Amino acid sequence: MSVAIRFSAVKKRFGELEALKGIDLEVREGEFFALLGPNGAGKTTLISVLGGLTQADSGTAEVLGSDVQRDYRAARRKVGIVPQELTFDPFFTVRETLQFQSGYFGLRRNHAWIDELLEQLGLASKADANMRALSGGMKRRVMVAQALVHKPPVIVLDEPTAGVDVALRQTLWAFIQRLNGEGHTIVLTTHYLEEAETLCNRIAMLKQGELVALDDKAALMASHSARVLSLRLFPDVLPAALQPLLVSQEGGAYQLKLDDCGTLEGMLATLREAGVAVQDMEILKPDLESVFLDVMGRKRG
Amino acid sequence: MQGFSTLFYKEILRFWKVSFQTVAAPVLTAVLYLLIFSHVLESHVEAYPGVRYTAFLIPGLAMMSMLQNAFANTSSSLIQSKITGNIVYILLPPLSHLEFFLAYVLAAVVRGLVVGSGVLAVTMWLAWPEFKYPLWILAFALLGSSVMAILGLIAGIWAEKFDQLAAFQNFIIVPLTFLSGVFYSIHSLPAFWLGVSHLNPVFYMIDGFRYGFFGASDVSPWLSLAVVSGTVVVLAAFTLQLLRTGYKLKH
Repeated sequence: MSVAIRFSAVKKRFGELEALKGIDLEVREGEFFALLGPNGAGKTTLISVLGGLTQADSGTAEVLGSDVQRDYRAARRKVGIVPQELTFDPFFTVRETLQFQSGYFGLRRNHAWIDELLEQLGLASKADANMRALSGGMKRRVMVAQALVHKPPVIVLDEPTAGVDVALRQTLWAFIQRLNGEGHTIVLTTHYLEEAETLCNRIAMLKQGELVALDDKAALMASHSARVLSLRLFPDVLPAALQPLLVSQEGGAYQLKLDDCGTLEGMLATLREAGVAVQDMEILKPDLESVFLDVMGRKRG
Repeated sequence: MQGFSTLFYKEILRFWKVSFQTVAAPVLTAVLYLLIFSHVLESHVEAYPGVRYTAFLIPGLAMMSMLQNAFANTSSSLIQSKITGNIVYILLPPLSHLEFFLAYVLAAVVRGLVVGSGVLAVTMWLAWPEFKYPLWILAFALLGSSVMAILGLIAGIWAEKFDQLAAFQNFIIVPLTFLSGVFYSIHSLPAFWLGVSHLNPVFYMIDGFRYGFFGASDVSPWLSLAVVSGTVVVLAAFTLQLLRTGYKLKH
């Protein structure tokens, strides 16, 4: 499998701030890849380097073998980027916007694909409406369409579902998954970790400009087994012996760290000896969010 | 060159969609200048022998409108795109620096010519200027608009706030266009100011342009042609280099 995106030792500094401290990252063709990280981690900077919006101080970035600086025309044709910020040109309608984008990418008669994009993204009824007249969700859909007019083999989405309702999120992801099925490489950044968990097969985590995790989703989840035992007790007192295992208290239930299910018996025994009855018990499997918090928490920058 | 033609078309559509503001308004302004100044100065000033002042004024006003609007087209388009953020949609596609440059500049030249034609079309009913050498008229209209379009591109790239652009426009462009012989012939100026005027490239644009109408000018049209063409080349080279380095457009 060939490499869709390759970052080699990419560094970028904005004055005092080191936004990217030397990123080495490869995204393989056909992957559904998640780039995660807290605000300010450098995800958008990395994406900007890829799109040529920002010039890295050192290091290289390639899209399907084309260097984004030296071979910028080929590189840009191969990638479609949906920026994070909601921006639009207030002078034009939706259809005009998409026609212009097509033209910029060298596509003269793109009507059929534009119509399909409008259809798939639920914009058909607004095709001739001015961009200003659209709601935020619709504007975001147009932004996705803009990135796809030239059918790029690599698609990068920077927080595409921020502030977007559930129905739209479903529509959007269904469409993106379809594209992934057809062979497009997808890279997404999001703060909705459930999305990343559901959709992606490989995950990278960025913190303060450094790569702190990079692995297949399954491997990542397995290596941070943050299983949690959720207990509702009566009387509502956690025995001292179990206090060190306490992760958090939520809505009257105690969340205890459960590294190994073998310790379960011992914990229940401790409770029985303390005269505390278990009213409700639940074993919560690790989700990406807890893995994320674990990774971020461990690597104190 | 599909990218170029799309961006060019888009830039033209952009000003055409608001033609009231971008074409009709400047034409009206020029007509107002004409009416007022000709009323005040008609019987007092004869800039060229045998030429009515009103007729003398028309080419100058037409050129001034062309220049100011060519500048406005590129500069306002770029600053708005930068500030609203939609410049990303121009920077992400595989447009070359040359395509980017030509599309913006030529669209601004078209705007300049449209406004200039509008001014002439309306004012020539008030005082018919001669049209002695139409090719000179066209040459200077194109070159003059190009200079201002390129300057507008530079200003649009450099300015980070509307305020900065306004400063560039009001403290550089407007004085240059006003103090260039639009309203008067520079040979009536005292020696020092005459010298200063000769340093203003806009003077050569207007002088050469007016030569195309009346066959009379303060300096040789060939000199004017050389100065203005030279200015275009220098500015174009500078701007292309600016685009290549990604100054202020790419971080």
